[in-house]
Amino acid sequence: MAKKVMVQSVINGDDTAFLCETRQTLLEVLRDELGMTGTKEGCGNGNCGACNVMLDGVLVNSCLVLAVEAEGRTVTTIEGIAPADGLHPLQQKFLEHAALQCGICTPGFIISSKALLEHNPNPSEHDVRLWLAGNLCRCTGYDKIVRAVLDVASAN
Amino acid sequence: MAVTEKAVRTANGTNGHGNGNGNGHGPATSKPAEGYNVIGSRPVRPDGVDKVTGRAIYGADVRLQGLLYGKVLRSPHAHARILSIDTSKAEALPGVKAVVTGADLPTAADKVEDLGESAINLKYLSANILAHDKALYHGHAIAAVAAVDSHTAEEAIGLIEVQYEVLPPVMTVNDALADNAPILLDNLRTNEMGEMGTKPTNLAQHFRHQRGDMDAGFAAATVIVERNFRTETVHQGYIEPHTGTAQHNIDGQVTIWASTQGTFAVRNQTAEILGIPVSNIKVIPTEIGGGFGGKINVYLEPVAVMLSKKAGGKPVKLVMSRTEVLQATGPTSGSNIRMKIGADANGKITAAHAELYYEAGAFPGSPVGAAANVVLAPYAIDNLQVDGYDIVVNRPRSAAYRAPGGTNAAYATESVLNEIAEKLGLDQAHIRLLNGAKQGDRRPDGVQYTEPVGLLETVQAIAESDHYNTPLTGKYQGRGIACGYWNNWGGKSSATAILNADGTVSLNEASTDIGGSRASIAMQFAEAIGIGYEQVKPRVGDTDSVAYNDVTGGSRTTFSTGMAAYNMGVEMLAQMKERLADIWDVEAVEFAGGSFTGGDNSASFEQAAALIYKTGEPLMVSSTVFPRSFGPGFSTQLADVEVDPETGKVTILRYTIAQDVGRAIHPSYVEGQMQGGVVQGIGWALNEEYIYNEKGQLLNGSLLDYRMPTALDLPMIETILVEVPYPGHPYGVRGVGEVNIVPPVGAIANAIYNATGVRMEEVPMSPARLLAAMGEK
Repeated sequence: MAKKVMVQSVINGDDTAFLCETRQTLLEVLRDELGMTGTKEGCGNGNCGACNVMLDGVLVNSCLVLAVEAEGRTVTTIEGIAPADGLHPLQQKFLEHAALQCGICTPGFIISSKALLEHNPNPSEHDVRLWLAGNLCRCTGYDKIVRAVLDVASAN
Repeated sequence: MAVTEKAVRTANGTNGHGNGNGNGHGPATSKPAEGYNVIGSRPVRPDGVDKVTGRAIYGADVRLQGLLYGKVLRSPHAHARILSIDTSKAEALPGVKAVVTGADLPTAADKVEDLGESAINLKYLSANILAHDKALYHGHAIAAVAAVDSHTAEEAIGLIEVQYEVLPPVMTVNDALADNAPILLDNLRTNEMGEMGTKPTNLAQHFRHQRGDMDAGFAAATVIVERNFRTETVHQGYIEPHTGTAQHNIDGQVTIWASTQGTFAVRNQTAEILGIPVSNIKVIPTEIGGGFGGKINVYLEPVAVMLSKKAGGKPVKLVMSRTEVLQATGPTSGSNIRMKIGADANGKITAAHAELYYEAGAFPGSPVGAAANVVLAPYAIDNLQVDGYDIVVNRPRSAAYRAPGGTNAAYATESVLNEIAEKLGLDQAHIRLLNGAKQGDRRPDGVQYTEPVGLLETVQAIAESDHYNTPLTGKYQGRGIACGYWNNWGGKSSATAILNADGTVSLNEASTDIGGSRASIAMQFAEAIGIGYEQVKPRVGDTDSVAYNDVTGGSRTTFSTGMAAYNMGVEMLAQMKERLADIWDVEAVEFAGGSFTGGDNSASFEQAAALIYKTGEPLMVSSTVFPRSFGPGFSTQLADVEVDPETGKVTILRYTIAQDVGRAIHPSYVEGQMQGGVVQGIGWALNEEYIYNEKGQLLNGSLLDYRMPTALDLPMIETILVEVPYPGHPYGVRGVGEVNIVPPVGAIANAIYNATGVRMEEVPMSPARLLAAMGEK
C-alpha cells in the first residue's frame, strides 16, 4: 500500500484530520475515508459538477482537487450548509419547487447555487443559467432548478 | 370512483414568464384539483429532505464492514476472439482477494427473459456480463477483481494478460448488412417474419405490420414524399454511474444493494445468470440517480456476487467510471429509417410505408419492435406498412431509453409530414388536426385506441397557445411542430398498508423512486381513504417486503402502483368501518369530513385508529394488481430555434410541450417529467452522439465530448397539461414519463427547416452537420 500522509483541515466548521494517499482526490477522501457521501461522483473529470464543494469559499470540483490540497484550508460540503434547526433557504426552495427528481445532482447544484448567491445576491435568469452551466442534470431540464434559485434570490 | 365522461381541462402548468400562479418567483399553488382533497396538489415529497441534505443513500454510498472494492477489465477492441486470459499476476498482487472471468459463469440457458420494456436471451445477457468467447464491443467486460481498495483493484486489472485475435469491426446498419460482412454471433440466424433462416447473419429479425392496400393508397395520393434518415447512438445520460454491491454468504444466501429501476428484475436476472435459486437472493434498493430505462439490465450485480463468493463471503462493491458507463452500458439504437408518406390534395394521408433499421449493439434486441408501434401512431391511416429490422453491430448492447425506439421513428414521420404540408400549402398544426388519431383508430400493429385519447386535444392546445400565436422576429428563426405517441404499460405491482395506532399509515411498496413517485402513490392512497397526505408514510422495500413488482419504467408506476394504493385505501376504510360498527355495536358506520359516525358515536381518524388497536388485532391490508389495459400517451410540441449561419449553432428560443396526462396526481412532478423528456430530446437533436474511430473504439467517452444540454443551453420549458382521463384507472391516471421524449427531434428538425430551408436527414443536427447541409443548398 502506498504511503499515507496526515492532512489537517476544517470541514463544515469542524477541525478534521485524516490520513490519505497523495493520489487520492478530495472527493474520494470525503466519501470513502470520512463517510461524507453527500458529495457525489458523476464523471470523475470535472464535467458534471456533482462533486461541487467550496474550498476556502471558492467553488471547486472536488474530483479535480487532491485531498492533500485541503491541508490548512476550509471545506464546505452539502452536509454543512443547513442551520442546526432547519434547512438552508436553497434546500427549502428546491423542495417547494420540485427542483429535483432523482436527486443525485442536487447536492452539487445547492453548493453551486450557494456560491452564486454569495457572489451575486441578485442574479438574472441568464446569470443563474451561466453559473449553473457547470452542473449537469438529466432529469429536470433545469427549469424548476432555475426557478428555485431565483426564488431564493428574490428574498434577498 | 369511475370516470365516465371525457373531461378536458388544463391543469395549472407553467408558462415561460413565471409560474403556474403568475406570481413572480414563488412556487405554483398547491391547491388540490376540483373535486379532490389531495390529488392535484403539490406537497413536498417524503424523501425530499434526505435528498437536499445529502443524507440519501445511493448505490455508491453503501458502506459495509469488510467491504472489498471491485474493478472490471474491459476489451480495448470492438471485435475480437478471446484466445486466452492469464490472471495469475493479478491474483498474486497483495491486497487482491478474488478474480473472475467468463469461465466462472455457469452455462446460460437459451431462453428469453422478460425485462419489462425489453426482453433478452439469457445466453446473451450472460455474455454481456462477462465475455464468453468473443469481445463484441470496445469496453466489453472480460474479467473482474476484488481488492482491499479501489486503487489496488485498478492496478490488478492492469496485470491481467489477454490474448486477442482482432477481427474487423462492424459498426453500422450498412456495415452489418453488406455482402460478406464479418459475422458477430456464429449461432445467429434471421427470424424472417416468423421463419428461421439458415445462414449466418447480423440481421436478427425482420418483421412487418401491414394493413389496407398499399398500391391503391399511394395511387390515390396527390403528393408523395420519401426520405432516408440516419440517427446516431445516444445514451440515457443519468448522472449516477452504475454500481453493484453484493455479499454472497457461505450459506448461499445472497444480498445485493442495487441502484436499480427494479429490485425484482435484478433478482431474476442474477438468479438466471448465476444459476442460484431466486429465493436465495434479497435485493435491497438504494436511492437511484436516474435510469430512464438504462438501469433495468444488470451489469455489475452478478459480478459482485461472483467476486464475493470467491472472496469467502466478504461484501464487494463495484462502481463504474463515466467512461465505462458510456462504453459499456446500453445506449439506445442508432438507426437508418426510410419514410414514405402519400397524401391527397386536402392533406389527408392516403398511405404510409416506414422501414426501420435499428442497431441492437452486440446482441439482438433493439427497440425496433416498440418503434414500429410508435411510428405513424398519432395518425389515422388506412393503408400502412411498417418493416422493422433488428441488426447486431459492434457497439454496446442497446438498453431501453425512455420510450425506446420512439424518438428515431417520430423524427422521420414528423419531418416527412411537414414536407407534405409545405407542398400543399398547409399549416403544420392543421395537417396534424386533419389526420390525428382518435378513439377507435389503430396504431401500426393493429392495436386499437379503445378509450378516449388526447392527441387532437394536445395539437389544439398548441395551436391555441401563446407561443404559437406569437410571431417570430428574426431572419434565421424557425418554428416546428411534432407529435408523438407512447403506449405506456400496466405491469404487476404489490403493496401493503399498515394502520398505525396514532392514525398514520405505513405504506410499503416496491417501485423504486426515480422521479417522485413515492409522493404520487401516497397521494392516491390518502385520496382513496380520505385522510391527509402527511398521514401516509410510503417506503420502498426490498424483495422480501412485498410480492413481485415490475420495474419502475414504461410509465407504469403512478398508474399501476397507484392503483394498488387506491385499492388499499378503499379496503382499509371498509375494515375500519366494520371494526367500529362492532366496537360501537351499531348497524352502519359512515366516514365523512375526517370523522367516523355510527349511532351516537363519533371518532376522528386518529381516535378510531387508537380504538381499533386497543380493542383488537392490528389492521393491515394489501393489494396486488396486474392491469391488462392502460391509457396511451400523446404529446404535441412546438420549438422555436435560431440558427447562426456562420457557425451552425442552433439556439432554442422557446419551447412548449402539450401532453395528455390523464389526471395529474402531483402536477409538479408531471411537469418535471415533461420538461426532462423534452430536454433529453433537445440533446438528442442537437449534440449527442457516439463517435467511433475506424477501429470501432469510442472516442468521446466522457461528459466533455458526449455533450448533454446544460442550463445555459435552454430556456424555460413551458408545459400544458391536457387531461383526458383514462377510464380504466380510478383517478383517470395515464403514464406520463415517456411520450415527452418522442417529438423533440422532429420538432427541432422542422424548426431548422423553417429557419434555413434545409431539411436535415441526419441527427444530431450538430453545428458541423448543419453548416455542411446549409453549404450544399
